[in-house]
Amino acid sequence: MLGYLIKRLIQMFVVLWVVSVLVFVMMSFTGDPTYMMVPLDATEEQIENARRILGLDQSHLVQYWRFLSNIVQGDFGRSFVFRQPALQLIMERLPATLEIVFLAMAMALVIAIPLGVYAGANPNRWSSRALMAGSLVGVSLPGFWLGMVLIFVFAVKLQMFPSSGRGPTSEIMGMRFSFTSWQGFLHLVLPAVTLSIGTLAILMRIIRAEMMEVLKQDYIKFARAKGAANRFVLFKHGLKNALIPLITVFGLMLGDLIAFATLTETIFAWPGIGKLLVDSIYRGDRPVIVVYLMFVAFLFVLVNFIVDVAYAFIDPRIKIK
Amino acid sequence: MSALAARLSRFAASELAHNWVRNASAIAGTIIILAFALMVSFGPMLVAQDPYDVRQLDLMDAFKPPAWLEGGTAQYLLGTDQQGRDVLASIIHGSRISLFIGFTAMLASCLIGTTLGLLAGFYGGRLDSLIMRIADIQLSFPSVLTALFLMSAFGTGVEKVLIALTSVGWVVYARTVRGSTLREKGREYVQAARVSGLSNARIILRHILPNVLTPLIVVATIQVGTFILIEASLSFLGVGVPITRPSLGLLIKNGFDVLFSGLWWISVFPGLFIMLIVFGINLLGDFLRDELNPRLK
Repeated sequence: MLGYLIKRLIQMFVVLWVVSVLVFVMMSFTGDPTYMMVPLDATEEQIENARRILGLDQSHLVQYWRFLSNIVQGDFGRSFVFRQPALQLIMERLPATLEIVFLAMAMALVIAIPLGVYAGANPNRWSSRALMAGSLVGVSLPGFWLGMVLIFVFAVKLQMFPSSGRGPTSEIMGMRFSFTSWQGFLHLVLPAVTLSIGTLAILMRIIRAEMMEVLKQDYIKFARAKGAANRFVLFKHGLKNALIPLITVFGLMLGDLIAFATLTETIFAWPGIGKLLVDSIYRGDRPVIVVYLMFVAFLFVLVNFIVDVAYAFIDPRIKIK
Repeated sequence: MSALAARLSRFAASELAHNWVRNASAIAGTIIILAFALMVSFGPMLVAQDPYDVRQLDLMDAFKPPAWLEGGTAQYLLGTDQQGRDVLASIIHGSRISLFIGFTAMLASCLIGTTLGLLAGFYGGRLDSLIMRIADIQLSFPSVLTALFLMSAFGTGVEKVLIALTSVGWVVYARTVRGSTLREKGREYVQAARVSGLSNARIILRHILPNVLTPLIVVATIQVGTFILIEASLSFLGVGVPITRPSLGLLIKNGFDVLFSGLWWISVFPGLFIMLIVFGINLLGDFLRDELNPRLK
């Protein structure tokens, strides 16, 4: 077990190192950041000077070495736009993103599980087929477009929910959240619904497929034969086993939610890391893009690591070599 | 020609074709896809306006609602945008670009991924580990994010979108083909081909390749839909196709700016068309997955 953990940990660092190389190479392609730093009327001499301060006059290898040793020490440079440490910018905006990502995931799970179990247990019913068609529509629509339609219907026409922004926030453990007040919660609803639809649809399809698979097993037949109640068979024996493979897609789901949060946050002007990324791309704010990339890579690698280890613990059939 | 006719008649007699015309979702998906194919082929000839020829635009016609609403005219069935552009005409031209990108990027991904998968599976060793490690790292990132980063480095452009989509799309083919190749490599017919002294290239192309293609059909079908959605997302964020030839995603972005003034049709209709075509593709993909999966038979 310990050997497995160590091996996975080493793999984690290799992946992060490769990502750092890729990020560096990509950033070197995107042009010279010196012009972001100097005034428009800067002289040749001033530009040269700025390049020297930034270390851009040195070879790419030396530059990469400096880049790597800086990020290992947690120094990602300062944002060209905000003149603040880039890591601090991300950390300030992270709670906003986590808030909609987790609410979206919770909504997706709460709705997808019962519907998926139902559709899996009664695959031939008309209502199950309608649910499956509905989930296929959910997979097929562009999430950001759905967000716009929701804004138009619920914010512009019905004026039930605010159309953008985050509303009032309060501080919990040094992070600002908006779900604590009613106004803040209202601001959360539309972005979270928008973000959850795609995940909800995929999750429902996976749970249905898993349930159909599990319900064919002998232990289900046995449970039915001994006269267990239908609901008990479905949820206790069926769902419990159907959910195990779901743990492996948790990492992917979280990744997709964070990726699509960039679009959702842009539409709802939600001040999270996704909107920060899109804004930074527009402004060519290189340090912020780099720190976003490294941070998200770290997050995914960490989540996948936890998922793998958890899976090995939960499912006794998996032997760790 | 007769060889083609023979193949077609063989397909028509197959079980797949038999089920195809009897399965509701297969029929619906096929109809939607065919309708889109007709629309993007002949649509531009049928609409009166070329939405990207500025001389044909009339600002007096701007902000017209769809024909069935008050103030709408039959001339502009789905209304007009800020510059008097016919929304329907924009959608027809935009669908062309969206479909072209989705389809071309799928072909490129399939070609590159299949080649790498065959090489990795057949030769194994260092090449195999290298390709598969790259694939692993890429899979730990959501495609949309990877494509977004690539586009932020490249800048806008149809060919750049194609490169970005292909860079995220090849992985799934490489993995699938590698798996199948590893399995096929051990079969008797491959050993027989080796014993009879055929070159590796011939064994890979003529013997293994035809036997690893079936699972790719499903992947390729679904991928066209996924690519259309990713392209729409990129263009919506302003890092996809250029404004001069907008895809459906960019049309939604243009309409988003005026959504708050109640002008919903400019952005809602392009989105509906994306949803419809991707839905059609997914319906067909679902049918093919069930049909071509030997485990379910």
